[in-house]
Amino acid sequence: MTPATAIQPTIQLERPPDLQVNGMSKHFGSLVALDTVSLHLKPGTFHALLGENGAGKSTLVKCIMGFYAPTTGDILIDGNPVKIDNPRAAQKFGIGMVYQHFTSVPAMTVAENLVLSRYDNKNLINWKQELEDLRAFMATSPFQVPLDATIAQLAAGQKQKLEILKQLYLHSRILILDEPTSVLTPTEADEVLGLLRQQVTDGKLSVLMISHKFREVMAFTDEITVLRKGKFAGSGLVKDLTVPAMAEMMMGEKKEPTPVNKTAHLNPVPVLDVKDIYANKDNGVEAVSGISFMVNSGEIVGIAGISGNGQRELVEVLAGQREPTTGEVWVNGEHYAATREEMYRHKVFALPEEPLRNACVPHMSVAENMALRTFDRPPQAKGFMLLLNAIRSTAVGLIQQFSVKTPSPETPVGNLSGGNVQRAVLARELSADHIKLLIAANPCFGLDFNAVDFIHTEIVEARNRGVAVLLVSEDLDELLKLSDRIFVISEGKLVYESAIATADFGAIGRSMAGH
Amino acid sequence: MAAEAVQAIGWWGVPLAIIAGTMRGGTPFLFVSLGECLTEKSGKINLGLEGTLLTGAMAAYGTSYLTGSPWLGVLAAGVAGALLGCIHGWLSQQLRVNDVAVGIAMIIFGSGVAFFFGKPFIQPKATQLPTIDLGGWSDTPAIQAALQISPLFLIGLAIAPLMAWFFKSTRWGLFIRAVGDSPEAARAMGVSIFKVRMLSVVAGSFLAGIGGAALSLYYPGLWTERISSGQGLMAVALVIFARWNPIACLWASLLFGGAQAIGPALQSIGIEDGYYLFNAAPYVLTLVIMILTCSPKRTLSGVPGALGTDT
Repeated sequence: MTPATAIQPTIQLERPPDLQVNGMSKHFGSLVALDTVSLHLKPGTFHALLGENGAGKSTLVKCIMGFYAPTTGDILIDGNPVKIDNPRAAQKFGIGMVYQHFTSVPAMTVAENLVLSRYDNKNLINWKQELEDLRAFMATSPFQVPLDATIAQLAAGQKQKLEILKQLYLHSRILILDEPTSVLTPTEADEVLGLLRQQVTDGKLSVLMISHKFREVMAFTDEITVLRKGKFAGSGLVKDLTVPAMAEMMMGEKKEPTPVNKTAHLNPVPVLDVKDIYANKDNGVEAVSGISFMVNSGEIVGIAGISGNGQRELVEVLAGQREPTTGEVWVNGEHYAATREEMYRHKVFALPEEPLRNACVPHMSVAENMALRTFDRPPQAKGFMLLLNAIRSTAVGLIQQFSVKTPSPETPVGNLSGGNVQRAVLARELSADHIKLLIAANPCFGLDFNAVDFIHTEIVEARNRGVAVLLVSEDLDELLKLSDRIFVISEGKLVYESAIATADFGAIGRSMAGH
Repeated sequence: MAAEAVQAIGWWGVPLAIIAGTMRGGTPFLFVSLGECLTEKSGKINLGLEGTLLTGAMAAYGTSYLTGSPWLGVLAAGVAGALLGCIHGWLSQQLRVNDVAVGIAMIIFGSGVAFFFGKPFIQPKATQLPTIDLGGWSDTPAIQAALQISPLFLIGLAIAPLMAWFFKSTRWGLFIRAVGDSPEAARAMGVSIFKVRMLSVVAGSFLAGIGGAALSLYYPGLWTERISSGQGLMAVALVIFARWNPIACLWASLLFGGAQAIGPALQSIGIEDGYYLFNAAPYVLTLVIMILTCSPKRTLSGVPGALGTDT
């Protein structure tokens, strides 16, 4: 058996190397995803890579990491051209990437994941020695994550910290982060980025971060490179730039978020009445522990919280995807069990999270998916016959009205980009004449500026028409912008309630963290 | 003969026969379920182990008959199983190919191979595996007969904890679990999903083939076309019951082996009523387990996250 101490990581650099990318292009068949883009990551800097969805940011970093073989272009490390064929080779040069999707194995413990991530050829694992080493590593690392917890038990913030820890554990000196804060609360994001910023300032790390959030770019980064439609669109030092200037580089034109125009709604009536709901997770552990609240017509009620605190299960109960263990849901003064007939009668609509999984049939066409609510009644059906022409023409109208980018109404909805799937679902859910209740969960997760702006505007317009809106989101900025009242959910209970005018940002953050 | 001897010690024969049957009948279950456990940990389902079991039984019996060496037969069973595993491992990882469909095809193919090559071996008597007699201390032939333990059973007994240790404390074990639970994560670590799954399926099929050798060279110790009677499929249910834990696979195999022995044990003391009913005990047990473990409201704990998916 090889003694554990004999194994040293492949490379241990004292300082981050200088990384230069010259004229990188990547073609997928006839599609040019990346067109002669150059980027320079100087040692000990925090660099942001900005761009709309589909601008080629992910393609660029995947070429650097060796996931894709670039069509043209070179990578220089400390001025020497290098060839990176796979992530393992990137690791040899001290480059590590933190992906947008977590890459830890859910059923394994933190310790197992860390040991597994190490690129060495030791076949036997001496757990006693490994745990000792890991504890010593944790003691010196900027974040703490419990070693013996399984990944499935960790909250999103902890998972993200683990992903970064993994790279530090591998002695990466250049970290590439792909939207690292998209699943974090603002407080968590500030903590994680602040600690990384500290490491960068100390000259221990260089960071290249893909981001959508100008606030984070302004607060933590030194330099930016902007891509637009696969091409280089600009770069500069953050201290010389303003947010509108960056937005202009990203979108090629000036754009301001559409202001939220809320109109006061007269005679609110209670629409959704949730009475003391308890529900279990898939594994039988209680996730929702006695939640009661009401949503009135013409108001947006926001529920904030860190993911994994029962929001998903609560939304599934309201959408009819999960049975509560006890408790009742009432809509318009009647008991509501989320059957198709009741949804139709009470005009309840939903924008669940991960719409492709929760609200679409991926292999069915855009038109068919848009008709899921209405296909079985006139004008789209006559008796038991479907009127395919009516289904198609409705879809064509909706595609135009909600600017869904799809090659044709017959394209399977699974082939569309995330933002367009969300638009297609939004079109289906918001096109009905008299919506009474809209349940939305993380409706803007992972979408670009234009899509987010569009969805926010649509939700506020629905509210102004008198729709009762329940908005469950992990994005606190979104909730503060849209909600009329805000709740915080923590460990399956509502722990904070306030009207938006009197909401206290600090108190919300503390309740989300469970204090 | 054994039945008469059991009669001599009366009702005590029932638990004794069940214990003996547990070790005999449990051995094939043990090998097949450990093989399936290894395969499923990597995220693939191999229903074809029923066919592998039959092919293994035939290969073991034939090789033992032709060479006179039962251990060579065991090796042949493993290799025959591994060959079928290669086919399943490769086919089931092609684009848009479903594990279960390939598995069913492999059941038919494996059985066909076994019947085709096994025809000449139905009549002749092959050399059986030697047994270790732990019953030497007793004068009662019944006890002596019951405590004739096969080395294969002992090997299986050793493999279960070894496999549990392998999953926990070796790099390869961690790779298999990673590939089975989250192929995306494994890919990000630079692990070849195809290779890991291929090797897991092949190694699992090797074990299942040896399970077949236990059938034809130990208990019942002959080669017929009906020898497996669905044990390969029951082993799949057994792995679910065991929550993909090799140690639990061991206990579950013993339970199934014991259930199989209830009918013959009762018959041996003269209870003939409901003989066929008692013989159906393993099938009933399979059904009951399936009903108890399925629930629309909760997922199974321990199930590999990517089990049976196309990725």
